[in-house]
Amino acid sequence: MDRREFIKVSGVTAAAATVPSIFLSGCSTQPNPGEGEVTATPTVCDICFWKCAGHVYVEDSVPWKIIGNDEDLHSNGRLCTRGTGGLGAYQDKDRLKMPLVRTVGPNGQQIFREASWDEALDIIAKRMQKIADEHGADRVALLNHGAGASHFKNLLRGYGSATFSAPSYAQCRGPREVAFQLTYGEGVGSPDRTDMEHSRCIVLIGSHIGENLHNGQVQTLTRALENGVSLITVDPRFSVAASKSQHWLPIRPGTDVALLLAWMNVLISEGLYDKAYVEQYAMGFEQLAAHVRQFPPEWAYLQTGLEPELIRETAREMAKNAPATLVHPGRHTTWYGDDTQRERAIAILNTLLGSWGRPGGFYIQEKVKLPNYPLPDYPKPKSTFKVAHGDDYPFATQPVSNAVIDASIGDDAHYKGWLVYGTNLPMTIPGVRPKLRQAADSLDLIVVIDTMPAEVTGYADVILPECTYLERYDELRNAAEREPSLALRMPAFKPRHDSKPGWWIAKQLGERLGLQKYFPWNDYSEVLDWQLKQVGSSLDEMQQIGVKNFPRKTPKYFQAGEARRFNTPSGKIELYSQRLADRGFDPLPVYKRPPERPDNYYHLNYGRMPAHTFSRTTNNPLLFQLAPENTLWINSLVARQWKLKTGDSVRMQNQDGIVSKSIRVRVTERIGPDSVFMAHGFGHSAKQLRLTNGLGADDSALMTNVLIDPIMGATGMRGNFVTFVKNSEQEHA
Amino acid sequence: MIEEILITARHNPKIDPILGIWTWEISVYLFLGGLTAGIIFFVALMNLLEKNDTYNFSANRLALWAPIVLSIGMTTLFLDLEHKLYVFRFYTTLEPTSPMSWGAWVLIIIYPISILQILSTFRVGYPVLSGWLEKIPFASKLVDLSERYIKVISWIAIPSAIALGIYTGVLLSAFNARPFWNTGLLGPLFLISGMSTAAAFTVLFARSHEERRLFTRYDLGLIGIEIILVVLLLINLATGTEQQLKALEFLTTGGGYAVAFWGAFFFMGLIVPLFVEFIDLVQENRTLAILGPLLVLLGGYMLRHITVNLGQETSWQNYGTEYSVEALERVNKIYKHGLN
Amino acid sequence: MTIRYAMVIDTRTCIGCGDCVVACKTENKTPVGLNRDWVVEATRGKWPNVRTEFRSERCNHCSNATCVTLCPTGASHYWRDTNIVLVEANKCTGCKACIAACPYDARLIMHPDGYIDKCTFCHHRVERGDDPACVSSCPTQCMHFGILDDAGSKVSQLLKTRNYKALMTETGNEPNVYYLT
Ligand SMILES: Nc1nc2c(c(=O)[nH]1)N[C@H]1C(S)=C(S)[C@@H](COP(=O)(O)OP(=O)(O)OC[C@H]3O[C@@H](n4cnc5c(=O)[nH]c(N)nc54)[C@H](O)[C@@H]3O)O[C@H]1N2
Ligand SMILES: Nc1nc2c(c(=O)[nH]1)N[C@H]1C(S)=C(S)[C@@H](COP(=O)(O)OP(=O)(O)OC[C@H]3O[C@@H](n4cnc5c(=O)[nH]c(N)nc54)[C@H](O)[C@@H]3O)O[C@H]1N2
Ligand code: SF4
Ligand code: SF4
Ligand code: SF4
Ligand code: SF4
Ligand code: SF4
Ligand SMILES: [Mo]
Repeated sequence: MDRREFIKVSGVTAAAATVPSIFLSGCSTQPNPGEGEVTATPTVCDICFWKCAGHVYVEDSVPWKIIGNDEDLHSNGRLCTRGTGGLGAYQDKDRLKMPLVRTVGPNGQQIFREASWDEALDIIAKRMQKIADEHGADRVALLNHGAGASHFKNLLRGYGSATFSAPSYAQCRGPREVAFQLTYGEGVGSPDRTDMEHSRCIVLIGSHIGENLHNGQVQTLTRALENGVSLITVDPRFSVAASKSQHWLPIRPGTDVALLLAWMNVLISEGLYDKAYVEQYAMGFEQLAAHVRQFPPEWAYLQTGLEPELIRETAREMAKNAPATLVHPGRHTTWYGDDTQRERAIAILNTLLGSWGRPGGFYIQEKVKLPNYPLPDYPKPKSTFKVAHGDDYPFATQPVSNAVIDASIGDDAHYKGWLVYGTNLPMTIPGVRPKLRQAADSLDLIVVIDTMPAEVTGYADVILPECTYLERYDELRNAAEREPSLALRMPAFKPRHDSKPGWWIAKQLGERLGLQKYFPWNDYSEVLDWQLKQVGSSLDEMQQIGVKNFPRKTPKYFQAGEARRFNTPSGKIELYSQRLADRGFDPLPVYKRPPERPDNYYHLNYGRMPAHTFSRTTNNPLLFQLAPENTLWINSLVARQWKLKTGDSVRMQNQDGIVSKSIRVRVTERIGPDSVFMAHGFGHSAKQLRLTNGLGADDSALMTNVLIDPIMGATGMRGNFVTFVKNSEQEHA
Repeated sequence: MIEEILITARHNPKIDPILGIWTWEISVYLFLGGLTAGIIFFVALMNLLEKNDTYNFSANRLALWAPIVLSIGMTTLFLDLEHKLYVFRFYTTLEPTSPMSWGAWVLIIIYPISILQILSTFRVGYPVLSGWLEKIPFASKLVDLSERYIKVISWIAIPSAIALGIYTGVLLSAFNARPFWNTGLLGPLFLISGMSTAAAFTVLFARSHEERRLFTRYDLGLIGIEIILVVLLLINLATGTEQQLKALEFLTTGGGYAVAFWGAFFFMGLIVPLFVEFIDLVQENRTLAILGPLLVLLGGYMLRHITVNLGQETSWQNYGTEYSVEALERVNKIYKHGLN
Repeated sequence: MTIRYAMVIDTRTCIGCGDCVVACKTENKTPVGLNRDWVVEATRGKWPNVRTEFRSERCNHCSNATCVTLCPTGASHYWRDTNIVLVEANKCTGCKACIAACPYDARLIMHPDGYIDKCTFCHHRVERGDDPACVSSCPTQCMHFGILDDAGSKVSQLLKTRNYKALMTETGNEPNVYYLT
C-alpha cells in the first residue's frame, strides 16, 4: 500500500474515534520536555577536575539536565558523559545525610552514630585545639582533591598548618609537573596547555584520550583529527585513541623511555631537530646528543618490541610537522617509578621539535588577575610539608600524599590529625590500605568531609556530609587557559538532607577555633561578589552569564626569534639537568628495564572508562546505567589458555598473593596476550553504596608493588602482575 | 577476522541479550485461537454434511466450546497488554497493514458466528439447557431462526474459521524483523495444527464410537499434512537468509530448542500420536484413544510455544552485552520510583 | 512524506563515550533503566591487527517503518509529514507488536506507564530549530542532524562527500541514520 495513503487512512479513523475521557485521564500524551517552567543556573562541573562550566536546568521544580555553557573554553557548550550525568550526584539516594560520629556500640563494637552539626563540629574543634596545644597546629594535614578544598585550606592556614596534599600530585600529575619544571622552569598545569587543535602531528604516550574524557582534550584532539592530523599512539592496548591513529605503536609495557631515546637519536642523527630553537633556547644539547647516540632504534627494538623502521618513520613524521608536533605529556604519569625521567624525556623531545611555546605544541597560559578577598596574614606554620618527606623526594614541590600518610603512623609520628576532603584514599593510593589502618590507630583525629559514604569514611572519627557541587558556592574558577576566563559555581538546589556547603563547614570550624577573622563574611557569595567587582564584573552578572572571558594581555605563543628567559637556574630550557645531577640523579633520562613478567602472569593494566570518574561516580544512578561494573579485558589467546569466555567471573591474584574481587571477563582483541586491562574505580566494598558495592574489581587492591619515584615521591602503579583464580560456582553464588 | 560487537549502555532487559516481550500468554492465545478455528470449522462441516444424528458431539455439542476456548485465549491476550485500559484502541481503527488489527476485528466477527452456531445446534445438543434458554423472551425465536439458516451460518463459518486459523500464523509471519517467523508457511501450519487440535479435542470428548473413529481419521490426515508442512518449513529456513539459517540451527541442532522441537513437538506431538491414533483405529484401545489426542493437544501448544520463543530469539542484530543484566537491575530496585 | 530528517554520525571521530546516551536520558526524562540510544563497539581482526568502530545507535526513523505498518492501533505513526516515527501514548495498547516489528530493536520497551517509548529524534527540539539533544551534547561533534532532501544541508553535504553506510539496509526499512566511515 502506498505510504501516503496509509497515513491518511489511519489519520481519518483516529480523528473519527471519540474516546471516553475517563480512559484518557492518568495517561494522556506526555507533555514534551521543556514545556513547563524552566530555570537555568550556572555551575562548574565537579565530576572531574577539568572544571567545565554549564547550566543546570530545572523544569517545574524537578531537576532536568545540565548543559555546557557555550562561552566556556573548557567545554564549548558540550559537557562530557560524566558532566552530563552530574545530576546523578545530587539525586544519589545513598548520599551522606547528616554528621556521623564514631562511638562504641552496645556490644563493644565501634559504630557511627548520627550527630547534630553543633555536636560534630564541637568535637572536631576541641580535638584540633588539643593537637595545636600539645603538638602544634602544623601537625594537622589536609588530604584533599577538588575545588571545594580551598575553604579548608583557608581554615588550616589560619590555624597554622601548610600540609595540603592531593592525590593529583603523587598519584597523578606530579612527575610531569616536576619534569617540566626541571626542563622549562614551569609545569604543564591544568587544563593541560596542549595546543592540539593546531597540531599537525600528535604523539600520545599512554594518554588514552577518548577514554580519558577530559573534555577540552577530547574536543581539541577531535578537531585535529578532522583537520587530518597525523596521530601516533604509543600504547600496549588498542585504546580508543589508537583506533583513530595513523600509527599505533603497541609498545611492550614500561619501555617508553627506550622509545623516547631512540626517537631523539633519530632526530639528532638525521639532523631533523629544530636547530635554531635548540640553539636559542636550550642548554645541554651536546651532552644529550652524546647520550642518545648510544640508543639507535635497533637497540630500542630489543626493549620495546617496535620495529626499528617504524621508530624511524614516526620520528620523521614528527619532524616533518614540527613545530606543530605535540608529544603529549600525559596526565596520569605515575607508572614505573622512573616517571620523572620519562616525562623529562618527553619534555626534551618536545624541545628538539621546538614545540614548547609554538602553535600546535604548547601554548602559554594566561589567567585572570583576580585579587584574593582581603584577609589578615596567616601565621607562619612551625614546619613545612618537607618534614613529612625527611631526606627523600628532593624535587617534590608539594606534599606527597603517601609520605604524609607514612608520617602519620606511630606514636612519634609527625602528623596527629587529618582533614580528608574529597579523596577516597584506600582506592586512590596504591598499597595504602594497611598503612591507613595503622595511621588511623595513631592519629588523634580523622575528619572526612565527603558527599558519599565512600570507603575512606570508614577511617573517620567524624564524618561531615558536604552537599554536592550543585548545591553550593565555591571559589571562582580561574584556570590558566588559552584565554583568561572566570566561571561561577552556584547552588542550583537547596542542600539535600542535612548536608552543608564546604565554606559553611570551614567557617563554623574557624569560629569554634577562634579563627573567625579568616571568615569575615556571612555567606561565601560575599567573597565572590567582592572579587568579581575587582575585575569589573559582579555576582549578579555572573549569575546571569556563568562564564566571563577576558582578552589576553600577553601573547599565546613565543614570538618569532623572541629572546626568552626560562625560570630555570640557567635561564634556558635544561636538556641536561645539573640540578638532578647535583642530587645524585641522572641528568639525562636513562632507560630502566621494567620488572620482568613471571610465567602465567600478566601485566595489570588499568585506565579510565568514559562513563565514570575514578571511584566517585560508580554509584551515581545516571552513570551507573551506562556502565554498572568494570570488566576485565583479556586477549582471546589468554581466554583459550584459561578456558575463559566473555561474561565469566574471575578473580585475579597478584604477584604478592593478593586476590581481587570477582570481575566479569571481556574477551577482546584490543588487548595483547601479555596484559589484562580494567577500568579504575570499581570493586567498592562500602555496603552503603548500594548500587555499586560488590560490582567489578578494584585495581588498587592489587597494586602492592608500589614503585616510588625517588626524585619526587610518586607512586608508580604499573609494576604489578596478575594471574587468574577461576570462581567456583559456590563462590559466585 | 572476527567481529565482536559489544553494546554499552542500552540496558534493556527485555531486549538484551534477547527479545523477551511475549511469553506464555501469547502462546496460549495462539493455541486456543487455533483450537477455536478448528472447532468452528468442524461444527460447520458436520452441519453442512447434516451429520447431526450420527455425530452428536461435533455437530451439536461442540459449538458451545468455541466461545469458551476463545475467551480464555482472549483473556491471556489481554493479560499480555501493558496498557490494558487502552484495549479499546484496537477497535477505534482498522489498520490495513497490520495483521494484528485485522485479527482484532476477526475475533469480533468470530463471536457472533460462534453464537449463531451454538443457537442453531443448541436444542439438539443441550436439551436441558435449551429448555431454560427458551424461557427468555425472544430466545426461542432466535433459536428457530438460527436453525433455519444453519447452512448459511455454516457457509459463513467455514471461511471465518480458516481466516482465524491462518491469522494466528500470519500474525507472526508478518514480522520480517524476526527471521524465524518470516515465512509464508506459518499461516497454513498453524491452521492445520489448529484443526488437528480441534479434531483431537473432539476425539477426547465425543461419546460415540463412530464419531471418535471419524475424527481420529481426520486427525491422522491432518497430522500427515502438518508433518509435510513442518518439513517444508525446515527446507524453507535452510534455503533462507543467514539469520534464518541460524534460526534453523537453533531449532534443530544447537540452541536450547532442539529438545523441545524434536522431542516435545515433532516426536511426542506428531509422530507418536500418529502411531497411537493409528493403532487405536486398528485395535480400539481405550487408553490409547485418550493418549493420542492428549499428545496432539500438547504438540499443538508446543508448536506455538517454540515458535513464539524462538522467533524472539532470532534477530537481524546479535549484539553481545558487555555488562550483566543483574547488575543493571539494581538501579531499577533502588530507584523504582524514579531518580527525583 | 515530504520532509526526511536524517542523522549522520562520523565513526571516524566517535569515541564511544556514551554522552549521547546520558544527554538523551536527561533531556527526555527516560525512565530509570531504559535508554533510547546506545553505543556499539565493533572490533574486527586479531591482535595487533585490529580495527574498532564506535557507533551511536537509535531508532532509524525508517522511511518504510515496519513498526508503523504493524501497529494495530495507529499509535505508532509518522509525525506530521516527516519520517519521524512517534508513538501516541493514549492510542497504545502495549501489545508490543512494534517491538517485535523493529529489526533494529530500537524501541525502548514499556514505559512504566504501559505504553511504548522510543527515540523521537527530539521532535520537540527539531520543531524549534534545535538539534536533537544527543547531537548537541556530543563532545566530539561527530553527530549531525538535518533534512536529507535539502541538498544544501550539512547532512546531505556529508553524504555527498564522504563514504557512508546505514545499518542493515537489507531489511528494506530504509533507515535514515547514516554512518560515515
Ligand atoms: N572518563 C574519565 N576521564 C578521566 C578521568 C576519569 O576518572 N574518568 N580522570 C582524569 C584524570 S585525573 C587523569 S590523571 C587522566 C588520566 O588519563 P591519561 O593521562 O590518559 O592516563 P594514562 O595513564 O596515560 O593512560 C592509561 C593508558 O596507558 C596505557 N598504558 C599502560 N601501560 C603503558 C605503558 O607502559 N606505556 C604506554 N605508552 N602506555 C601504557 C593504557 O593501556 C591506557 O590506555 O584522565 C582524566 N580523564
Ligand atoms: N589504582 C588506581 N589508583 C589511582 C588511579 C588509577 O588509575 N588507578 N588514578 C590516580 C589519579 S590520576 C587521580 S587524579 C586520583 C584521584 O583520586 P580521588 O580524587 O581520591 O578519586 P575518587 O576515588 O574519585 O575519590 C573522590 C572522593 O571525593 C568524594 N566527593 C565527590 N564529590 C565531592 C564533593 O563535592 N565534596 C566532597 N567533600 N567530596 C566529594 C567522593 O565521594 C570520593 O570519596 O586517583 C589516583 N589513584
Ligand atoms: S570533563 Fe566532564 S566531568 Fe570533567 S569537568 Fe568537564 S564535564 Fe565535568
Ligand atoms: S556522544 Fe558522540 S562521541 Fe560520544 S558516543 Fe555518542 S556519538 Fe560517539
Ligand atoms: S528503527 Fe525500528 S522503531 Fe525506528 S522507525 Fe525503523 S522500524 Fe520503527
Ligand atoms: S505497543 Fe502500542 S505502539 Fe506498539 S504496536 Fe502495540 S499499540 Fe502500536
Ligand atoms: S534524537 Fe533525541 S530521543 Fe533520539 S536518541 Fe537523540 S536525544 Fe534521544
Ligand atoms: Mo589524575
